[in-house]
Amino acid sequence: MQDMKSYLENFARFEKSATQNGRSWLSPIRQAAIERFSELGFPTTRDEDWRFTNVAAIARTPFRLPQDGHIRLTSQDLDAFLFPGLECTQIVFVNGRYSPGLSSSKPLPNGVKIGSLAQAIASDRSLIEPHIAQYADYQTDAFSALNTAFMYDGAFIYITRGMVLREPIHLLYISTATTDPIITHPRNLVVMDEDSQATIVESHASLGSNVYFSNVVTEAVVGENSILSYYFIERESKKAFNISTLRVQQGRSSNVVTHSVLIGGALVRSNVHPVLAGEGGECIVNGLFMSTGRQHMDNYMKVEHASPHCDSRQLYKGVLDGKSRGVFHGRIIVHKNAQKTDAKQTNKNLLLSEEAQIDTKPQLEIYADDVKCTHGATIGQMDRDAIFYLRSRGIAEESARALLLLAFAGESLRRMRVEPIRRRLEEIVAQWFNQEKVLEEV
Amino acid sequence: MLEIKNLHVSVSNQEILKGISLKVNKGEVHSIMGPNGSGKSTLAQVLAGRETYQVTEGEVIFQGKSLLEMSPEDRAREGIFMAFQYPVEISGVTNTYFLREALNAIRKHRGLQPLKPVEFAKLVNQKMKLLEMDEQLLQRSVNEGFSGGEKKRNEIFQMAVLEPKLGILDETDSGLDIDALKIVSNGVNALRSKERAFIVITHYQRLLNYIVPDYVHVLVDGRIVKSGGKELALELEERGYAWIENAQAAAPAGA
Repeated sequence: MQDMKSYLENFARFEKSATQNGRSWLSPIRQAAIERFSELGFPTTRDEDWRFTNVAAIARTPFRLPQDGHIRLTSQDLDAFLFPGLECTQIVFVNGRYSPGLSSSKPLPNGVKIGSLAQAIASDRSLIEPHIAQYADYQTDAFSALNTAFMYDGAFIYITRGMVLREPIHLLYISTATTDPIITHPRNLVVMDEDSQATIVESHASLGSNVYFSNVVTEAVVGENSILSYYFIERESKKAFNISTLRVQQGRSSNVVTHSVLIGGALVRSNVHPVLAGEGGECIVNGLFMSTGRQHMDNYMKVEHASPHCDSRQLYKGVLDGKSRGVFHGRIIVHKNAQKTDAKQTNKNLLLSEEAQIDTKPQLEIYADDVKCTHGATIGQMDRDAIFYLRSRGIAEESARALLLLAFAGESLRRMRVEPIRRRLEEIVAQWFNQEKVLEEV
Repeated sequence: MLEIKNLHVSVSNQEILKGISLKVNKGEVHSIMGPNGSGKSTLAQVLAGRETYQVTEGEVIFQGKSLLEMSPEDRAREGIFMAFQYPVEISGVTNTYFLREALNAIRKHRGLQPLKPVEFAKLVNQKMKLLEMDEQLLQRSVNEGFSGGEKKRNEIFQMAVLEPKLGILDETDSGLDIDALKIVSNGVNALRSKERAFIVITHYQRLLNYIVPDYVHVLVDGRIVKSGGKELALELEERGYAWIENAQAAAPAGA
């Protein structure tokens, strides 16, 4: 692989600057990760976990790391990516680097930290060291290894014991137009102590239409009896690559809801991997992906039941148009001691064109004997009778289609508790269908 | 208002309607009766614009315009409403939302402003009372989980809100118990006016005790074989369809 050399060279240069200012303690992890990456290389379709997704286009693109400091954006540039009516703490990253000027936060409760990981690595080592790179698996996953080797900035969120954050935290990753393809490795670490509660929204969006690669890893450690809602909203440029991993470690009686919404990008892979490590935990994993043109969207979801009495629910809905391709790979793994597991997985897909394609692979791996697990997948087309019914009442054909699509996506969107986010996404979905008028009066 | 001239309709090369002619003036109620498979529902579907049927011959003029050239939505906007024999369930779209979209599309076509939410709510409430409908049904997905009777009532409720010029009822009575039948009939009768016409398609005479037609036509094997006043329905009730079918079979081909 011609590129491995350039990744290693880039790493050598990067490592020199990354270890300055009290950040050298991460060096051993980074070194281990780059070594592992050089051994693993990029996955191929011969790897079972990558059977339906070919990342050769990523492997052969000569990406460079972004240069610091000469991008000027104003808050107006961000307007399109915000959620009207949402009161939130906003942390903005431009080409992977924290932008204090664009970020905004109200005074935080004592002990709570929401900010740049790069800064926190230098200043809050004791909070970070016990968790970082402990959960995202850089031993077997090449992209996590690559991220871990190059991890530098991203968000660090620490919620103290008993703290309930009313306002969501919005992590907005913006890519700007660049002349040659850049690669960023956003790294987020969320640590929630016992009895805490937070809502986090991670968005990826672009101001340009160029090729770039966002290689994202998020680790979230959810303490006992804590509640986390995590939204991942991917709206990259039509030529971009986005590979992301959301690794959630759940403590006893914790409750986690995730939403992954994939809309943009040329090649997108979303890995969601919660581990129910403590008894009585619950996780709900939702996904909505909409692809058109030649987009490729791969949803890889793995829920691990590692303790007894945990519940999990997964609902992934796909809408595929044009010559796009979708993948749903959902695994539920029930460990031997995880008795009384209750897990349910559903994947529903709507194909809008003859040439769109979906590969769906639900999988159960059960090593316990007293569990309730179900899974199922459906693939369908737009219901012609329903379209005729709507038209026979005066609704134009295009609006009828948009209405049905919105209804299909709505099953997923309705599960979003934060109303401004849900509303904005409904708009985005409607725009995707090129039918804004349907929503005019809602 | 509506003139059907020598209408021939096929489905996958099999002729279902074999030359139907029918004239409906405003204010009139026409009932089309006939045995199963005679083409009654096909006629309703073709008038509403279902694309799975091929019109091979003939024309339909509705208020001076050629109906068959219009899309289903344009027919609805021009004033045609068909109450479906089997209303479709639409998951994820609430009844209210659907109805407001439909009403405003029709109003727009007629050069009217969209109804304000308050006005819409008022209209809907008034019509719900007419059909004795449970208010909760409004917030539910269109027809989803509705009982058979609720679905049929919902059709007439939609008709009451959309106020068409021509209402086509496709076996609205089938499967209804007597109470539901009365409610549905009351709803239809409340809509009868000098300006509005109805085509009531039914297999059974029972409905016509409540919605009294001006004319009754008997459809057998794709043709109207007999027309008369409301007393014809009673005769069919007494004697069944066999005597007409037999008379048909005895007649020389092409007659």
